[in-house]
Amino acid sequence: MNYDVAVVGAGVIGSLIARELSRYDLKIALVEKCNDMAMGTSKANSAIVHAGFDAKPGTLKAKLNVEGTALMPELCKTLGVPFKPVGSLVVAFSDEEVETLNELLERGNKNGVPGLEIYDREKLKNAEPFISDEAKAALWAPSAGIVCPYELTIAAAENAVVNGTDFIRNFEVKKINFSNNEFTLSDGEKEIKTKYVINAAGVYCDEIAALIGDTSIHTTPRKGEYMLCDKSVGHLAKHTIFQCPSKMGKGILVTPTVDGNLLLGPSALDIEDKNDVSTTSTALADILNIAKKSVSCLTTREVITSFAGLRAHCDRDDFIIEPSNINSQFINVAGIESPGLSSAPAIALYVKDIILKSVSAEEKSDFNPVREEPVRFRHMTNDERKALIEKNPAYGRIICRCETITEGEILDAINAPAGARDVDGVKRRTRAGMGRCQGGFCGSKVVELLARELGVEINEITKFGGNSKILYERTK
Amino acid sequence: MLNYDIVVIGGGPAGMAAALKAKECGVDSILILERAETLGGILEQCIHTGFGLHYFGEELSGPEYADRFIQLVDDQKIEYKTDTMALEISEDNVVYAINKTDGLLEIQAKAIILAMGCRERPRGALNIAGTRASGVMSAGTAQKYVNIDGYMPGKKVVILGSGDIGLIMARRMTLEGAEVKCVCELMPYSSGLTRNIVQCLDDFNIPLHLSCTVVDIHGKERVEGVTIADVDENRRPIPGSERFIECDTLLLSVGLIPENELTRAVGIDLDPVTSGAVVDEYRETSHKGVFACGNVLHVHDLVDYVTLESQTAGEGAARYVLGKTEDAEYVTTKGVNGVRYIVPQKVNIKNDGDVKLYFRVGQVYKNAKIVAKYNGEVIISRKRPRLAPGEMEDVLIKNDMLKNFDEGGVIEISVEV
Repeated sequence: MNYDVAVVGAGVIGSLIARELSRYDLKIALVEKCNDMAMGTSKANSAIVHAGFDAKPGTLKAKLNVEGTALMPELCKTLGVPFKPVGSLVVAFSDEEVETLNELLERGNKNGVPGLEIYDREKLKNAEPFISDEAKAALWAPSAGIVCPYELTIAAAENAVVNGTDFIRNFEVKKINFSNNEFTLSDGEKEIKTKYVINAAGVYCDEIAALIGDTSIHTTPRKGEYMLCDKSVGHLAKHTIFQCPSKMGKGILVTPTVDGNLLLGPSALDIEDKNDVSTTSTALADILNIAKKSVSCLTTREVITSFAGLRAHCDRDDFIIEPSNINSQFINVAGIESPGLSSAPAIALYVKDIILKSVSAEEKSDFNPVREEPVRFRHMTNDERKALIEKNPAYGRIICRCETITEGEILDAINAPAGARDVDGVKRRTRAGMGRCQGGFCGSKVVELLARELGVEINEITKFGGNSKILYERTK
Repeated sequence: MLNYDIVVIGGGPAGMAAALKAKECGVDSILILERAETLGGILEQCIHTGFGLHYFGEELSGPEYADRFIQLVDDQKIEYKTDTMALEISEDNVVYAINKTDGLLEIQAKAIILAMGCRERPRGALNIAGTRASGVMSAGTAQKYVNIDGYMPGKKVVILGSGDIGLIMARRMTLEGAEVKCVCELMPYSSGLTRNIVQCLDDFNIPLHLSCTVVDIHGKERVEGVTIADVDENRRPIPGSERFIECDTLLLSVGLIPENELTRAVGIDLDPVTSGAVVDEYRETSHKGVFACGNVLHVHDLVDYVTLESQTAGEGAARYVLGKTEDAEYVTTKGVNGVRYIVPQKVNIKNDGDVKLYFRVGQVYKNAKIVAKYNGEVIISRKRPRLAPGEMEDVLIKNDMLKNFDEGGVIEISVEV
């Protein structure tokens, strides 16, 4: 297949870029090495839309963060993705840290962050009733919010596909040749031909760039571990609560999620293995201890799961979004660590501008920016539910009890454009298996539905593609 | 809006026994709501034997035990809806439920019996470090795959937790040709029944490592092994004791949690220890006309006890519907000194029968005494050669004792060594 543009990596960055480019009469491929989109950093991060006071003024990070954050609410609405404008607080626990707040305020003002304000102890306590007694003051940023990062990725990729993009799964780019003004991407078996490559491969950006001989990028995977708490303690934080930042990042935060859980993390540890998303007992213990500094009543009792993600840290310490020095038809979008998610909508526009500088493409008249929000039975009124089940009885059967997810929603997820192919894919699209029992009851039913819809045996269904199979052969 | 005298939520052993008893007590208008395709609950996947020894005096498999009640439900023409999920209970006892054929159901009940059972604690609740590879699942999920779907969830198995389901699955997986490497138990004793340790582990030479836990899970896509380690008296892993065990599957049998979403949502008082409702001797909750029984109330060792408790709740609901309730003057019950909890948590002293108090101890005791006191005065004292957290205990408070109690009094049960 011949493409104008191949986007390598279907994370939030790659998917939003593909969607932005699908506005134009370009043939686009969104190429992903895993069985689904949002399988790397995009599925395991803090899910925060940052206000934008952290980055150094004048950097791409500073510019794109503030722009991206401003675009995020409307984009989420268009794509039917949950976003909540909860605002954030950076909490100071000492006089020294109160100084830091002032620095952040000043930097934020320079970056153009709206509405920043220093809260004293009393105002902070009013805003956040469970804040610890040690907290002295805080920087309030009303433009910050929370979003579901993998739903945003999935929605963007789906919308790109609806607008003509080919989503190519399980294609790990292992070789890139350039001849006759055209790249050939190969996974060792299949090939994709394309005029332009956008390297949005997250922690693997350096390896993908190296395939064309571009060795200018050095990505260090920086592991961040998280703990997710049950909805029963979701009320302990009303806003995203940061501690004062350090060299390794923004420290341990306590934040509500768009689904009403409470998220603690991340730790920060530079590692070598880009596949290593294992959690460690030491980091998990540290997270809780440090998070308790912000909200002292936290315990492990309500933790329902823990996970780790890798930030793509680059030694240049800013986003790298530019054509490669080796080949100007190869655009690197590298070093997208925090605030990458917040910046993503602006990064997509920025990359589009780079492409359109050298490619003449017309805007399509039939481009549809809207991706309808999927049915979310759990949020409906009983009257709405009644009408829905009358229309389609599949919504009358609950599969996931903890999160109240119906069979109809799971079928929708499987049959969506670029739909779910594995159990984790169904989980990210519907929340089936994300509740207290973590798939104990619904896991086997999701396996059955996947097998039925995809027309395969149930022991061919995987957790997340590859060899992550769930069942072996038949019993005796 | 449909109208029933009693709506029973859950058609497992608890719900069926409660409905049958209510019918026997004279209530005809009963509806059971069951979310699975058939009545029977979790018993349908428990194809091993050992059920019914106490209640029927014979040894049955899970489906056989369930089937006796399903037959009775049919014989008694008790109505039920399967594939039907209750979503909500309102303040005034309207049950909202859905299924594919009726759509959204609104059912006004005079009394409601909660019999939703329990679920297994997942990996996340334990905070086990390691990868997210496929092959980590609860023992009950594995049981469903093997016994209902007919597929093997793994070939080389480590089991964490020596709860009964874990022990049963150690045997089941072995019989199906898997290699069960070991069962690790965090505590210095097993939480399972002694008979299951003998019949499921000892008979198959499967090692049980006490005071031992899984500290790491390995494997990128499918589990490739786990690291286990011994733990000290504070249940912390002892450095240096770690060893790697190659396996493709980790089954978890690390406790059961009553499934009380509906209960919590309507604001019924819960006992923090049992995670079930606070109830009186008829298993009536803090919400008038709402009763609870079986594993949704507290986790039982044997289905036979679930049946007995549910009959009590069924009788209570029938008395409530038929207006046969006495005035209530309560004494409370309290587990102290080694007794973790007591069900029921309160007893109406106007009750005209005897009342059995069920309780669990927090650790293993040998040659200990169970002592019940009323307002500090010993009323019952009984020697027990062995007490263990895995085996439920009971004491009977005779009606003549009850008659001597005063409203607001406290019955305490303790273990004395």
